[in-house]
Amino acid sequence: MLEIEDLHASVEGHEILRGISLRIEAGEVHAIMGPNGSGKSTLAQVLAGNPGYQVSGVVRYQGEDLLAMPAEARAVAGIFLAFQYPVEIPGVGNLYFLRTALNAVRKQRGLEELDAMDFLALAKERMQLVEMDPELMNRALNEGFSGGEKKRNEIFQMAILQPSLAILDETDSGLDIDALRSVAAGVNALRGADRALLLITHYQRLLDYIVPDYVHVMANGRIVQSGDKALAVELERHGYAHFEAPPAPGEGS
Amino acid sequence: MNTDNAKIRELSRRAYKYGFVSDLPSDALPRGLDEQVIRLISAKKSEPQWLLDWRLKAFRHWLTMREPTWQNVHYAPIDYQDIVYYSAPKPKTPGPKSLDEVDPELRTMFAKLGISLAEQERLTGVAVDAVVDSVSVATTFKRKLAEVGVIFCSFAEAVQQHPELVRRYLGSVVPYSDNFFATLNSAVFSDGSFCYVPKGVRCPMELSTYFRINAADTGQFERTLIVAEEGAYVSYLEGCTAPMRDNNQLHAAVVELIALDDAQIKYATVQNWYPGDAEGRGGIYNFVTKRGKCAGARSKISWTQVETGSAITWKYPGVILQGDDSVGEFYSVALTANYQQADTGTKMIHIGRNTRSTILSKGISAGHGQNTYRGLVKVQKAASGARNHSQCDSLLLGSQCGAHTFPYVEVKNPSARVEHEASTSKIGDEQLFYCRQRGIREEDAVPMIVNGFCREVFKELPMEFAVEAQKLLGVSLEGCVG
Repeated sequence: MLEIEDLHASVEGHEILRGISLRIEAGEVHAIMGPNGSGKSTLAQVLAGNPGYQVSGVVRYQGEDLLAMPAEARAVAGIFLAFQYPVEIPGVGNLYFLRTALNAVRKQRGLEELDAMDFLALAKERMQLVEMDPELMNRALNEGFSGGEKKRNEIFQMAILQPSLAILDETDSGLDIDALRSVAAGVNALRGADRALLLITHYQRLLDYIVPDYVHVMANGRIVQSGDKALAVELERHGYAHFEAPPAPGEGS
Repeated sequence: MNTDNAKIRELSRRAYKYGFVSDLPSDALPRGLDEQVIRLISAKKSEPQWLLDWRLKAFRHWLTMREPTWQNVHYAPIDYQDIVYYSAPKPKTPGPKSLDEVDPELRTMFAKLGISLAEQERLTGVAVDAVVDSVSVATTFKRKLAEVGVIFCSFAEAVQQHPELVRRYLGSVVPYSDNFFATLNSAVFSDGSFCYVPKGVRCPMELSTYFRINAADTGQFERTLIVAEEGAYVSYLEGCTAPMRDNNQLHAAVVELIALDDAQIKYATVQNWYPGDAEGRGGIYNFVTKRGKCAGARSKISWTQVETGSAITWKYPGVILQGDDSVGEFYSVALTANYQQADTGTKMIHIGRNTRSTILSKGISAGHGQNTYRGLVKVQKAASGARNHSQCDSLLLGSQCGAHTFPYVEVKNPSARVEHEASTSKIGDEQLFYCRQRGIREEDAVPMIVNGFCREVFKELPMEFAVEAQKLLGVSLEGCVG
C-alpha cells in the first residue's frame, strides 16, 4: 500500500528526515516510536502533504507517486492524518466542517454527496464508536475543546472519513486512561484487511490497546531499528538514550 | 517557505465582471451645484416651501464646510461642480426581453448567490411586463401593510402624501448641519424610502427596498426615514447581495431612524457596489450617514451591515440612546480586497439612564485592502448605569493588506461600564493545511474560514439574508480562481 524509499525532508534548509525507508501493506499496523525531535511528526506531515517542507525521495501509495499529489488529493485517495495539534477554526461548526470534508472527498470519488439529514444519521452512529459527547457536535471546530476532546474529535473524523491509510500522530498524548481506551476502541473498530495504520507515539501505553504488527524506532531523522511488539516493551524499559548518539561527522546527506 | 501566500493573494483578487452600463438619461440638469439647481430639484418634485427652505439652509451651510480629512482613506479630490445633481427618473433604454438575453456570466453569479428568477429579472432590467410576478408580489405586500396601517413608500411620495410626518421627523436625528456629506445630501437628496409604523403595530413582514415599487433609480443622494411609534416593531433590509452598478462615483446617503417608547427597529444592510478593478481604478465612493435615535424609554435600535463593495466605504451607523433603558446594537462585517478602503464603525451616544450598547465588528482585509474600525462610545453625565461592550476582530488574508482600530471612549458618568476587546488574526497555513488534509480545497477552505469568522454577525441577519450574505462572501473571495 505504501512504499517509502530514502525519504528526505527539510524545512528552511534544516534537514529533519534523513533517508527514511518503510513498507506498509494493507491490513498492517505499524508503530513509530522515538524521542522528541527525532522526526516522527515530520514524517506524518510529509506523508499528508504539508507544503511547508522540501521533500525528496520516492513515496508510492497504491502505486501512485504520492509526493506529486497535493494534500487534498491525498485525502481523496484515502490518507488521513490525525493531527498532534488539531487546529481550531472559530465559527465553523464541527459537523458542518466534517460534512464539507466528507462531501468533498465523495465528490472527487464520483459518489453522491450526503445531505444534512443522511450525514447527521451517519455522524450519530459513528459518534458512539469513540464515545464522543454529542454536545461537541454543535460547537465550532475544536474551539474551546480540551486537549482530549480534540484528539477524540480527530478519531471521530477518521471514523466518518474511513481512510485506507490512517496516520495517528501522538493521538494518545493528553488522553486520560478512559479516553485512551475509548479512542483505541474507535481505532480498532476501523482496522481491516484493506486498511493500514501508522501510529506515532512516545509511549508503549497506546500499543497495549492498539497492538501493532511492527514497531520502528526513529532517531535523528532515520529509522534505526525495527521489530515487533516486543521492541516497544523493551523501549519502555530502557528508554531511547542509546539511540540518541549524535550523528558522526560527515554523516547525513 | 511555501506557495500559500501567493495563492491567498490570487484568491483575494476578486473579479467584478460587470462593467458600467453607460445610459445617462438626457433629461438631466447640467453639471454643477448652486441655489438654482436646488430650487429646480425641489420644483421638479413639486415640494412644499418648507422643504425647499430646508434644502437651501443645508446648501448655504454646506458652502461653509470642508470635506473631512480625518478618515483613514485616500482618494483623489472630488469636484463637486462636476456632478449632475438631478436626472429625472424615466423609462430605461429597452432592457433585455428575457433572461436568455442576459450575460451568461452574470447569470452564473446570480445562480451562485441563489437569487430567485424574479429578482434576477428585476436586477438585469428585463422589461417590466415580463416581471408580472414580482410586481404582483409587491402589490400584495403593499396591501397587507396598509391593512395594519404601516406606511411604506418612496420618500418623494411621503412628502406628497404625509407631509406632516416627514416634516416632524426629517433632520431630527441627522440635522442638516451634521457633517459635510450629510449636509450635501440634505441640500440635494433625490429620493429614498419612508417607513412609518404606528403605535403598537408589529410590522407583519421584513421590509425591503426590493418590495417598494419605484425603488430603482433612487440615485446617489438617497434619503431614508423610518419611524416606529410606541411599541411598534419593524425590520428593514437595505440593498441586496447582487452586484450593484451605478454611473455615479460619489454616493452620500442619509438614513434616520426614530424609535419611540418600547419600539424596536432592526436595520440590515448588504452593500455590494462596484469596488473598482484589481488595480484600484473606478469604484464607488460610499460616504453614508446613518443614525438612529432611541427617543423613547426601553426602545431598541440594531444596525447590522455586511459591506463588501465600494472602493471607499465611510460610514458609522450610530445610535443616540436618549430614552432610559434603551438599547443600541451594531453588528458589522466589512470586507476589503484589491485596493478597497473601508473606514467604518459606529457611534453609541448614551444619554438616558441604564442605556446599553453592543458593538461587534468583523473586518476582513485581503489583497491591498485597508480596513479601519472607528468607533465612539460616549457616556454623558446623566447616563448613570450605562453599559457598553465592544468587540473588534480583524482577519488578514495575505501580507499586503491592513487592519486598523480606532476606538474612542468618552465617559462622563462614573457609574458607566465600558468594555473593549480587539483581536487581529491571519488565516494560518496550519488552518489551510488542516482543511486540505481533510479533502477541502484551498479555494473552498478560505471562504469557509472567513464565514466562520463572521458567524456572530450573520446570525443577526434575517435567515434568508444570512444565507445570501454567506454566499456573497464566498463568491467575493472566490474571485477569478478556478
